[in-house]
Amino acid sequence: MRYRILFKKRYNSTFLFEGFLSLLSVIAALFFAGIALKLFGVSPVRAYAAMFRGALGSWYGVGEVIVKAIPLIIAGVAVALAFRMKIWNIGAEGQIYIGALAATAAVRFLSTGNQFVMLSTMVAAAFLGGGIWGYLAGFLKARWNVNEIITTLMLNYIAIHLVEYFIYGPWRDPSSLGFPMTAPFPASARLPQFFDSRVHMGIFAAILLIMAFRLVIRWTRWGFEIRAIGDNPKAARYAGIRYGRNILLLMFMSGAIAGVAGMVEISGLQGRLQHGFSPGYGYTAIIVAWLARLNPWGILIVAFFMGVLLVGGDTLQIVMRLPVASVQVIQGCILFAVLASEFIRNYRIQIVKRERE
Amino acid sequence: MKSRNDRYLAVMKGIEKSFVGVNANEGIDFDLRSGEVHTLLGENGAGKSTLMNILSGLYTPENGSITIDGEKKTFKSPRDAIDSGIGMVHQHFMLVPTQTVWENVALGLKGLPFVLRKREIISNVLAIQDRYGIHVDPLAPIWQLSIGEQQRVAILKMLYRKADILILDEPTAVLIPQETRALFATIRQMVAEEHGVIFISHKLDEVLDISDRITILRKGRKVATIPVENATKESLAEMMVGRKVVFQIDKTLQNPGRVVLEAKDLTVRGPRGRISVNGFSIEVRQREILGLAGVSGNGQEELCDSLAGLRKPEVGSILIDGVPLEGEPARTFQRRGVSYIPADRLGTGLVTGMNIRENIALRKFWRKEFTRFHIFVHWENIAGRTGQLVERYGVLNPGLGYPARMLSGGNLQKLMLARELSDDPRAVIAVQPTWGLDVSATQFVRETLLEQRDRGAAILLVSDDLEEILSMSDRVAVIHNGRLMGLVENPDRVTEEQMGLMMAGTRLDEFSPQDHESGKSPGKAVPENHEIQDPL
Amino acid sequence: MDFLVPILAAAVRSGTPILYATLGEILTERSGVLNLGIEGLMLMGALSGFIVTHATGNPWIGVIAAFLVGIAIAVIHAFLCVTVGANQVVSGLAITMFGTGASSLLGRGMIGETVVGFSRIPVPYLSKIPVLGTILFNHDPLVYLSYGLVAFLTWFIFYTRPGLNLRAVGESPKVVDAMGLSASKLRYFYTLVGGGLASVGGAYMSLAYTKMWGNGMTAGRGWIAVALVIFAIWHPARAVLGAYLFGGVGAMQLRIQAAGTSFPAPLLMMMPYFLTIIVLVVISIQKGRGILLGSPGSLGVPYSREERG
Repeated sequence: MRYRILFKKRYNSTFLFEGFLSLLSVIAALFFAGIALKLFGVSPVRAYAAMFRGALGSWYGVGEVIVKAIPLIIAGVAVALAFRMKIWNIGAEGQIYIGALAATAAVRFLSTGNQFVMLSTMVAAAFLGGGIWGYLAGFLKARWNVNEIITTLMLNYIAIHLVEYFIYGPWRDPSSLGFPMTAPFPASARLPQFFDSRVHMGIFAAILLIMAFRLVIRWTRWGFEIRAIGDNPKAARYAGIRYGRNILLLMFMSGAIAGVAGMVEISGLQGRLQHGFSPGYGYTAIIVAWLARLNPWGILIVAFFMGVLLVGGDTLQIVMRLPVASVQVIQGCILFAVLASEFIRNYRIQIVKRERE
Repeated sequence: MKSRNDRYLAVMKGIEKSFVGVNANEGIDFDLRSGEVHTLLGENGAGKSTLMNILSGLYTPENGSITIDGEKKTFKSPRDAIDSGIGMVHQHFMLVPTQTVWENVALGLKGLPFVLRKREIISNVLAIQDRYGIHVDPLAPIWQLSIGEQQRVAILKMLYRKADILILDEPTAVLIPQETRALFATIRQMVAEEHGVIFISHKLDEVLDISDRITILRKGRKVATIPVENATKESLAEMMVGRKVVFQIDKTLQNPGRVVLEAKDLTVRGPRGRISVNGFSIEVRQREILGLAGVSGNGQEELCDSLAGLRKPEVGSILIDGVPLEGEPARTFQRRGVSYIPADRLGTGLVTGMNIRENIALRKFWRKEFTRFHIFVHWENIAGRTGQLVERYGVLNPGLGYPARMLSGGNLQKLMLARELSDDPRAVIAVQPTWGLDVSATQFVRETLLEQRDRGAAILLVSDDLEEILSMSDRVAVIHNGRLMGLVENPDRVTEEQMGLMMAGTRLDEFSPQDHESGKSPGKAVPENHEIQDPL
Repeated sequence: MDFLVPILAAAVRSGTPILYATLGEILTERSGVLNLGIEGLMLMGALSGFIVTHATGNPWIGVIAAFLVGIAIAVIHAFLCVTVGANQVVSGLAITMFGTGASSLLGRGMIGETVVGFSRIPVPYLSKIPVLGTILFNHDPLVYLSYGLVAFLTWFIFYTRPGLNLRAVGESPKVVDAMGLSASKLRYFYTLVGGGLASVGGAYMSLAYTKMWGNGMTAGRGWIAVALVIFAIWHPARAVLGAYLFGGVGAMQLRIQAAGTSFPAPLLMMMPYFLTIIVLVVISIQKGRGILLGSPGSLGVPYSREERG
């Protein structure tokens, strides 16, 4: 009598099972990242403890986690929206930058003392700016089938340099002692913060967007079209769904939402446009979306988790003098683990006896 | 005349293999002698391909033994099977489309030097071509070859490897009658040289023509192995299906009405920018089935795509009920009542990851009755409708919320018919609607199409199965290389021979049927690029 | 001419890291695996080459170390893409994130250090050829090695038995499998070699180009290499053209900056990225018109044999 291990394809999986898998892969990732850290000469136990204490050990830390989660949620929705249609928008980072740039332009040129009008104008500018940035890549994809992964990525570099041009050049604050940043925004251009912390109104925008994302994907015609294209572009074309038009709309919306993340970040937190204001939120948003398996509420949860990692990373920098990049190592490991868990997701492992020979 | 040898090239005993819940092979015994053609006969899904994929090392059986030339073998990979002299010509030829013929022959050859010796391989290829009478340019890239030529390359590849056992999986499905005869000549040559050939088919006439022995499979089990002398078409069919089969299609005579679907001088570009449909004109009328015959890959897909509004024609016009629609979006065609059943069920017609409701919604979700406040999908209405349709068309399903990929092939096609035929379409474009289905599902599809015809729909039936075309259609058109070769007003009056000539690129008006019936083969009727050995 | 020759020579030098990475990615993609982790691999290569050279004083040992480190990281990608059948885009992004993070974590003590690295060795006789000699034969040995590599790979891919297998597996792994070769093994092998070459490209940055280590020093060259593979239509010889074009733009940009023009530096620094998009658009238009052949047929698609299982 012998035993054999069979891998049978799994055809359906429940929401709970998916959540369990995500959790499992995060734990595995932390374990492997720990080994990596150890190899790199950092004690993983001390590092994790420091990160945990820094992020969740105080109300201030929790507040900071929320502060980091806000742009991650918004950009996560932007990325997840595009990924749902299997359009690889890797350009959230650039769209965040352009959104912030456009919002800053609104502050400079359309300044008003009325907070509501000012903030609305900024949101509109960021929405449009980020949207156009996304649309560029969408247009090239729809018109000539140019690979969007590379164009969105190149547009990231271009966006960052463009912002640098303004903050090193024409928009630099003359009283900034040479630092690359604009002058502080007037009070009317700042999102209100709560309870003595840095948590700001952007949290509402984030939650609103999550709900809108769910509504669109589940219940609207456009959401159905997005899912159909994402699942099987040939069938979608056959169904009369217009591929090109959907790409344009989708990339505009995806970029626009990411652009709003940029506006929220500078208006709610920084109060000015400055060098490196986004520590790679656009890239982290990709992990958020993927780890959440493009599920709206999953994005919320994962974004908070990533917030913990980022705040913990800051603590590492201060306490253990490690570069922020350590967090990227952990992020990379998490993605590896999530991808590897797809094997468990797709296959049911059975051990069977075989009796006959 | 055929040598009866008692040398067993291959013996398979008690083969078992299952896929998710389906027992594809249940304890099957099969053997092959040298110098014989042994046919595996069975419906789609009977387990023929699975058994042969096991013999060629692609699948590992769960149980059972394989003995090759008296030696017990366990194949871990196709390499082991190839080394034991087994060569399989798959239904979808295992060829690399971007590489040339000689490169495809060389791929995976044992004992090849590090640097390829192109000349040596080509001269060997040419020698084999002469010996077996199969000709194809060794320097041509595969994607430029016709399907018949590609098949010759696939066979060539196996002969180059000196395969003793040749497995041909449905080789005639893609050939015109003349090519089939040439293939049979090659098979007879191989058998004469003491090779053994395993022939897989469900076309009974061919089976009786070429086989020495026949093994019939049904639902994963072996029914019988009989010598060809003891077989008749009727007995084979009964063993294959498990009940008496009527070969007749009950077709009532109908008076065709006005023209519903019309194409005028249509020119359509396909992939790589090539012209796939070239100045094609056709009219499909109410209450008729117009059959479009042709070897697949001759522009049928592009033609149908453009008739359904999915591909913009370069030149020409498409009229539905006399209204020109070319250049309009696909949805306008749907609104006008054009239904489309594409050949590629899983890849195009259905979204396998979506559930059954969503698949019904796929081509209907934009309609008023399924929309709420213009932007939302009315899922309740869709669910209600899906329930009715699934019942009416008898789609066996685990539940409407389950993904379509959990349905069997026949039920997938029923689901598609349910979606495409439920709203009394004006015109139906059906491409290979029975491909890969078993007999009962095939019958269901054919009856449903005939019902639609009798109700008043104009039906364009595209198939590369000549038998299906000739038995179902009221009129038959033939396409070759994107051009219309001819329109046969009365399919009963045309021979398969003549159809084959048209499918190979001869225009109907280039030969007169009388010439052919009297046995003279007209000189100009033989098309340029095809070596067709006329046996007459 | 006197103005152009130094720029062209500089184009070769600054194009060489991109060339190595592009050649590596060509091999990987030809086998049907898309590796978007080039940027991370280059950074890891730059760092590991630098550390080892710093410790041993021999840049060749540094290059070999970089090659091995590239292979080690590419193993992760190969495992996820070939064995697990995971999404290749996301896996590549993860490699880039991991490589970027790990290199700056490990390189934190190396910032500000320098190495002797590779020095310029004019090729006897050849470097005396007017114009061409200065442009092509007055460089460091890694540049000469890359010439050899291009020639070797062109020959290897199109004229040898393993080259035939490589071309086949990227196009139709199923056929390769049916012909008794292992599609998985082939894909593993070329993903590893490709990762190693990308890593060597990074090592060129730190051992021959700047002779320093800095966080994120490849500055998007890895991504440009991915784009160049499309430009090269998966052909090593065409990769040379693309790599030097980008090298030239980089060199020009430095020269314009050094010349002290008033043109703002950030706008100049956008140039290579702009150029990448433009090049990609031009290639895509040609592909759409059927002038150029497309990508390997199974690029990015995982393969497993018992599909129905």
